[in-house]
Amino acid sequence: MKRAALLVPLLMFAAFVALAVFGLGRPNQRTIESKMVGQPVPDFELAGFDALHPGLQTTDLKQGTVTLVNVFASWCIPCRVEAPQLKALADKGIVVHAVAVRDTPAALRAFLDEHGDPFRRIGMDIEGKAMIALGASGVPETFLVDESGVIRRQYIGEIRPAQVAEVLRDIDEVRK
Amino acid sequence: MKRAVSFTCLFLLAAAAPLADTPLPDAAAEADARALMEELRCLVCQHQSIADSDADMAGDMRAIVRERIAAGDRPEKVKAYLVSRYGDFVTFDPPKTGANIVLWAAPLIFLVLGALAAWRLFRRRAA
Repeated sequence: MKRAALLVPLLMFAAFVALAVFGLGRPNQRTIESKMVGQPVPDFELAGFDALHPGLQTTDLKQGTVTLVNVFASWCIPCRVEAPQLKALADKGIVVHAVAVRDTPAALRAFLDEHGDPFRRIGMDIEGKAMIALGASGVPETFLVDESGVIRRQYIGEIRPAQVAEVLRDIDEVRK
Repeated sequence: MKRAVSFTCLFLLAAAAPLADTPLPDAAAEADARALMEELRCLVCQHQSIADSDADMAGDMRAIVRERIAAGDRPEKVKAYLVSRYGDFVTFDPPKTGANIVLWAAPLIFLVLGALAAWRLFRRRAA
């Protein structure tokens, strides 16, 4: 009994070391999920990009269709990787809107010319306000909004080719 | 033509969150805003506060803090807005509730356990 009691400090120290090793092994940058998932889309109103792409505001996401809102920027490298996947989703008839973060019309024009243009509406989020209202912590992020304008899912980082099927499945699920 | 170009540049500069790095004219409001910026985490470079970070997103967050405080919001309300988006992770001063309470209580618990152990040990020696 007494012997066993002597082991307690050693065991506590071992537990501490295990915790430290585990903690050090974890990436020190974490992905931050938006607390807005499950909530109605927040209030925002963004000016449009051009005649073909009018602006984006809250009421545009409450029109009775499931929509994807892609938070992106022309200066963002992963957004280029993501462009073909968004195009594939748009080709399947999914409504894809964009929030362009801290972008300029000229750079955005060049981006769309080079990487394709899957967007119905493009809201110019010059000060990042809509991005923050949505709870996005970077670009690209994509929000799945249901028919009633409730945010149902958030995809952090670029949507990769293998993920397109998953996104389509999520959209089907939300439609039910 | 030249004038048009410089005007465009001016417009672009002015457009990028003007309050990101411009102090508020009211010194008391600016002090409130600065204090809040010190305790809000930059979500891009996560170990810096938005007051310290040069990331564009930190600038956007500083602009929101200044705008809302200038509009008369209390700092707690501005903080609550960002917590409602990003959770407690966005603040370096998380609330002392839920699982966090363990962090605050642990030193006290260990102090009490240590005192008990010492007390028992000394009592046995004395006997």
